[in-house]
Amino acid sequence: MSTTTRTARATATEAAPIAPKKRLALPTYYWMVWPAVIAFAFFHTVPVLVGLFFSFTNYAGYGSWNFVGFSNYVNLFRDDRVLNAYGFSFWFAILATILTNVLSLAIALGLNAKIVARNFWRGIFFVPYVLAILIVGYVFQYLFSNSLPKILASIPVFRDNILTDPTWAWLPIVLLAVWQSCAFAIIIYLSGLQTIPAELYEAASLDGAGAWKQFTAITFPMIGAYFTINMVLSLKGFLQVFDHVVALTNGGPGTATESVTLLIFRGGFSGGEFAYQTANAVIFFIVITLVSLIQFRVLQRREADF
Amino acid sequence: MTTTTATPVTTIGKKRRSPGRTDDDTRPTNWWVTALIAVCSLTVLIPVYLAVVVALKTPDQLDQGTGFELPTSIRWENFAEAWERTAFPQALLNTALITVFAVIFTLLSNSVVAYALARQLHRPFFKGVYFYFLAALFIPFPIIMLPVVKQSALLNLDNQLGLIILYTVFGLSLNVFIYTAYIQSIPLELEEAARVDGASTWGVFWRVIFPLLTPMNATVGILTCVWAWNDFILPLVVLTSPDARTLPLANYVFQGQFNTDYTVAFASYLMAMAPLLLVYVFSQRWVISGVTRGSIK
Repeated sequence: MSTTTRTARATATEAAPIAPKKRLALPTYYWMVWPAVIAFAFFHTVPVLVGLFFSFTNYAGYGSWNFVGFSNYVNLFRDDRVLNAYGFSFWFAILATILTNVLSLAIALGLNAKIVARNFWRGIFFVPYVLAILIVGYVFQYLFSNSLPKILASIPVFRDNILTDPTWAWLPIVLLAVWQSCAFAIIIYLSGLQTIPAELYEAASLDGAGAWKQFTAITFPMIGAYFTINMVLSLKGFLQVFDHVVALTNGGPGTATESVTLLIFRGGFSGGEFAYQTANAVIFFIVITLVSLIQFRVLQRREADF
Repeated sequence: MTTTTATPVTTIGKKRRSPGRTDDDTRPTNWWVTALIAVCSLTVLIPVYLAVVVALKTPDQLDQGTGFELPTSIRWENFAEAWERTAFPQALLNTALITVFAVIFTLLSNSVVAYALARQLHRPFFKGVYFYFLAALFIPFPIIMLPVVKQSALLNLDNQLGLIILYTVFGLSLNVFIYTAYIQSIPLELEEAARVDGASTWGVFWRVIFPLLTPMNATVGILTCVWAWNDFILPLVVLTSPDARTLPLANYVFQGQFNTDYTVAFASYLMAMAPLLLVYVFSQRWVISGVTRGSIK
């Protein structure tokens, strides 16, 4: 891991002051930045603060409201529907993250080998990135509700339309998510693999290391940083799953596949739970941030152990 | 444990070799892996294939089969009907307008901001702004979803213009991050030469820096384009008028209304996916290298 450490220090010194120290920059630089700061504060930070404010009220989205202190937050932890949404989101996100990263790393390894028409295959695997999840989701919906019941008629779960099966409806959602997000992950892993000097493998095979040994001793440690960033970004994105669920099950059957984002959307807009779901969103923000930070810490420590 | 302090984003990419390593690659061609990759790529193509063949079939043929059979007779009326029912021209126009203007405004504004930040990052104010934008990357969309809808409705921005503004502003976090790292690698001497010739800071930016940013403009442009074109949740919550509907939103509404007309529905999906897919097919290598550059800078 020493190479990474060294480059990290190098970037740190590069970032040192470049211009001679003056107290203030030219006014032009401030004019370049201020409008963006104001616009961003207005359209992003103000909504965050407004949300935070209303999470302590009983505002329904219309009409009058009163302060209710922390009762929204307390109620969230007693609400089975909310807990169920968190349960589904985590189950989905963990499975999708693991599958996406394992599969895309495997495919990236294949694409990095000496194969025929590599750029062509690479182009194909990237196609899902440019397609809208919602629309691909509708195609998958037909696949699972109409095609597979006929093709896999011998498997009961598929025969009876898996999307209406409360115990298995999460599976198609995971498959759609993995299908779509592998596109991006493959490209990142591939660019990581291309940073590994071929000499390392030559030296290793001279020492008699087999393919698996080469993977665990060279490949995986060398792309550790890519693995970390991919894992963190995947999990963070998947926890907020929305389009996939809307396209495939719309949260059903019942609320079996209702994700946190879908619950916030439904409760907040049509359920008269504006304040309550904003409190839910605040908790969701805290949960996502904590999960990302912990994941980052753990994965980087593991990275450094090699 | 020194690695923990440095983000991997800055540590990676430095030791990158040139992407095409075909010239120096003396390994024998691996046919087993080629076959395996070919089989895996089928999983990508199956849904696309399904979308095409279902869209071309008659409802009768679709009812009899699994959906995967090739169409016996091609029914172009599916497309005509989908064109009518989803108000396709309007939705396409909306999506195209939103995407094009979001990309233009993003490129013109976010690069300026990133330039000022990159050149003045040693000053507390600019460093503060930089981390302010960066911190927003950690804020999930659901937390601003409900208030931002109230706000845009209040300001009469529950329309195409509102979406253009929101994409431009929300994109700042990631784009400033992508641009800044690149601008810092542009030597100051280039600017100083122009300054000696009497160019102002704006002049330096537009005439010297902006042309040099072309690779990053491509990256940011592609990311913004794919995001704005395919986004569903923001149009869903922000737009109120049916006339403002984007392609994903039009298909969402269509789905709810005509549940069983699968052939027409699939024609509509295909029309919604086609524009970006065609652009991608013709600029494939360029798109992939653009996205790669953005993710490892």
